[in-house]
Amino acid sequence: MKKRALSLILATAMVAGSLVACGGSTGAASSEPAAEAEAETEAEAETGAEEGSVLNVYCWNEEFKTRVKDHYPGYEEVDATHGKIGDIEVVWNITPNENNAYQNNLDEALLKQDEAAANDKVDLFLIEADYALKYVGSDYTMPIADLGITEEDLANQYSYTKDVVTDSNGVLKGVSWQGCPGVMIYNREAAKEVFGSDAPEDIQPKFADWDAFVASAKELKDKGYQVVSSVNDTYRVYSNNVTSPWVVDGKINIDANIDKWVDDSKALVDAGYAGTHDLWGDDWSKGFYPEGKVFAYFGPAWLIDFCMAADTEGSIANAGGWAATEGPQGFNWGGTWICAAAGTDNAAEIADIMRQLTCNVDIMTDIVKDDNDFVNNKPAMEAMAQDETYGDAVLGGQNALPMFCAGADKIVMDQITIYDQGCNEEFQKAMKGYFEGTTDKESAINAFYKAVVEKYPDLTY
Amino acid sequence: MEKNTNKKAKGLPIGARRAIAYAVLILVSLLCLIWFYILFINATRSKGELTRGFTPIPSTHLIQNLKNGVFHGTLPFVRGMLNSLFVAGCSAVLCTYFSTMTAYAIHVYNFRFKKFMSTFILAVMMIPTQVTALGFLQLVGKMKLEDNFIPLIVPAVAAPVTYFYMKQYMESTLPLSLIEAARIDGSGEFRTFNTITLPLMKPAIAVQAIFTFVSSWNNYFIPALVLHKDKMKTLPILIAQLRSADFLKFNMGHVYAAIAFSIFPVIVVYLILSKYIVGGTTLGGVKG
Amino acid sequence: MDKAKSKKVVSYNKWGYIFLIPFVVVYCVFQLVPLASTFYNSLFENYRSGLTQVGPNFVGFQNYVKLFTNGDLLIYAKNTMIMWILGFVPQILVSLLLGAWFSDPSLRLKYQRFFKTVIYLPNLIMASAFAMLFFTLFSESGPINSILLNLGIISAPYKFMSHVWSVRGLVALMNFIMWFGNTTILLMAGMMGIDPSLYEAAQVDGATATQIFFQITLPLLRPILLYVMITSLIGGLQMFDVPQILTNGTGDPVRSSMTLIMYLNKHLYSKNYGLGGALSVLLFIITGILSLIVFRINTRTSK
Repeated sequence: MKKRALSLILATAMVAGSLVACGGSTGAASSEPAAEAEAETEAEAETGAEEGSVLNVYCWNEEFKTRVKDHYPGYEEVDATHGKIGDIEVVWNITPNENNAYQNNLDEALLKQDEAAANDKVDLFLIEADYALKYVGSDYTMPIADLGITEEDLANQYSYTKDVVTDSNGVLKGVSWQGCPGVMIYNREAAKEVFGSDAPEDIQPKFADWDAFVASAKELKDKGYQVVSSVNDTYRVYSNNVTSPWVVDGKINIDANIDKWVDDSKALVDAGYAGTHDLWGDDWSKGFYPEGKVFAYFGPAWLIDFCMAADTEGSIANAGGWAATEGPQGFNWGGTWICAAAGTDNAAEIADIMRQLTCNVDIMTDIVKDDNDFVNNKPAMEAMAQDETYGDAVLGGQNALPMFCAGADKIVMDQITIYDQGCNEEFQKAMKGYFEGTTDKESAINAFYKAVVEKYPDLTY
Repeated sequence: MEKNTNKKAKGLPIGARRAIAYAVLILVSLLCLIWFYILFINATRSKGELTRGFTPIPSTHLIQNLKNGVFHGTLPFVRGMLNSLFVAGCSAVLCTYFSTMTAYAIHVYNFRFKKFMSTFILAVMMIPTQVTALGFLQLVGKMKLEDNFIPLIVPAVAAPVTYFYMKQYMESTLPLSLIEAARIDGSGEFRTFNTITLPLMKPAIAVQAIFTFVSSWNNYFIPALVLHKDKMKTLPILIAQLRSADFLKFNMGHVYAAIAFSIFPVIVVYLILSKYIVGGTTLGGVKG
Repeated sequence: MDKAKSKKVVSYNKWGYIFLIPFVVVYCVFQLVPLASTFYNSLFENYRSGLTQVGPNFVGFQNYVKLFTNGDLLIYAKNTMIMWILGFVPQILVSLLLGAWFSDPSLRLKYQRFFKTVIYLPNLIMASAFAMLFFTLFSESGPINSILLNLGIISAPYKFMSHVWSVRGLVALMNFIMWFGNTTILLMAGMMGIDPSLYEAAQVDGATATQIFFQITLPLLRPILLYVMITSLIGGLQMFDVPQILTNGTGDPVRSSMTLIMYLNKHLYSKNYGLGGALSVLLFIITGILSLIVFRINTRTSK
């Protein structure tokens, strides 16, 4: 209680200090338009709960800004980090992800939210699935219902995109305009050579579950192919299909399916069916070319279209040599969620942005057409899936959308915790040594525990 | 000659020694330059070509990468370069000038806390920067200096490592008799420092100016947490931002082009300053 | 007369204080305050898990006890020293050799300007960019492996990132390439301060290059050499960015390339001011002792 009073006094002192600073620094900081705006709204904030004049958006890259600029009605760009919606000034606060800088920056801003002047408060911020619950589970994020967005508004969204941003009390606290269901993307030439057909309906049975997967991997190995480039390719497929969370009652918990990934992967590596490379490195991407001799990658639509070197002469993607099939299990890779910060003075504007970008079928269809995103809207995506004329050149003209739609429906992500980002990262890192034979499983798991506790000192094992 | 190389180094004829020296120097130079070559090659390749692994032959996308990634991309790289130049330039000037001044104070004068101060500075030199960084950031937040270059520039005034170098250098090259001579000529202390000591310290200042400039130029950790507005950002932040771009925009070719672009000015600054280092004897004045 | 003189000295010496003002003021504001909070924080349990702040609760020396009892500290200290020595020994030898060659008047090396300029260039590349280039070169399908394969030295691609000594070796190599130019420049700047007439006199007396180096260059270089050794030792103990980026922060395989500061960095993720503060206090003590030893050895032999 005492502490609380003290912090209140401190907060008041700081606000008072900032006011004084504002008044005194007109000469020095007059080049800052924000300073003037701040002085204006301080008076406003006192008079009542009117809509604030500055919308502060926190994000780590330009993706959302581009979406707003291209698709949100009434948005005008002023310069690279400023825009206008009617009378509201939009300020983009972009901090890169590297070194965790984005979250560090956002955390500091959110923790100061109470003391910040109305126009300095965080209004809207973006999050990713791996650390969604860190923000969703906190009081710093506003429930979507409080913004006036109803369940009906969100009825067309895929349910897993809601799982990710629902807190432990079942309150929804974020929305997303995109879905990122993943499929297994395989090399048509290799399929013909090894299995005698490249048709998805012939290949799917060969990879329908993990046992079939391993059996097919052996066939591929006999013909000189690796089934996947790295065992890390399959990690998400396992980790999205767990039945228990990473942490149970403050204790780190390794789900049976994660454990299965370790054993399956060790077997794959030992048999020479797959490598242990980190994703995105040269060794991992060598399979984008025929001489890399990799049979399949796991990934969502964006991986196929933008990351598999489709623009490069000689790549499989360039020749339309890939095909998609569902693979052993459905999974999700990527995605960005929009959250409203508690204490925002722009609730009505945020609600409108959310509605337009994540619920409006017309706008979302435009996003699919303009930006090739897989949008979080079932009717829009299913209409595209039925479109006979729509086909992906990388996949040799195959329309994989029905597969993606089916996949998105099947994804369940109800076992997430606030510790997922750290656990997933550290687990893959720790297991590498085991797969490569530099350590045994037990010490690899111990190394994982150690690394997680360093990140989250409140956990035990 | 070949026979001679097998003998002990002491007796080697000058020709053989020269040959060895050249061979080693060429090898070392290759080891240093190859990185710039690889960087250049990668900057000329498209995003797709880069997934193919390294090849020693340049490709044709350099202009395109520079144009789309650096000059006409959404990130203000030209502005970033000006910011970086300003921050690194000011840091280098402040750091070398005031470190020399600090070293001068300890080297030339006798006062009661001299011993204490020199030990103190030596001691604080050993403190790892990483932990004080977080306390530093809290401080910056309290002083309302976010999105401001001051917290990136002013701390350079107190650089124990540079001070230590200056002091060591003075010990071997700045005789006190020279200062005495200046005093007898009626030069004020401040003027003596500026007109006699500073010119004598030129090689040391050039060396430390380069070091400070480069480390400030390449610094990411603190600036990323202090600077948030695009127009204030320095190059390493923009490069990191380019690397964490969304899948539509992500392009390693652009990243390499941006790195190449950001290295260019440092090389220029280095070449300008390096003439003081490699130009041969620059020392005048009285020899000890 | 005598009195007047001593008065004069006193009035000069007040300039010592004046010249120290900028350093002291800036140091106190920007470094001493954060530093004091580091020491203070090491006595508290104080971290963040997600957005939940735990503490600060006063725990006395518990953080220190924790660091010593889990026993990893010594391992990381050992890793750090191993990688530092692996990089520093060749670094100082090559730098001294190059410095000796450049300053040897009898060698009369041509293109000196070029060589002197080139050796510092790698330091201009950001460590993260440098690591990206290293990955490209040393990947399983990279050029180093294909050269080794073509020469028949190895029969299967060597996983440089999966073996203890190859990772340590690469870290040392990267540090060496990035910093030997720096060391050479420092030494050369020191060598330039040596009176050329000393060399000429030695040559007239018939001294060999080796003798000149050990009898004249090295002793006169002592202050700079001491500086190089101490700063390199401190830099070595604070080794962070190269292994961090090269191993993606893991210090793998099995944390055999995890350095002390990388370990510290792990605690910064959770804003663990308590453990992190304790760790930096320990680091401070270790560095202090080591520097003191180097300092003592050097000043003793020079007397």
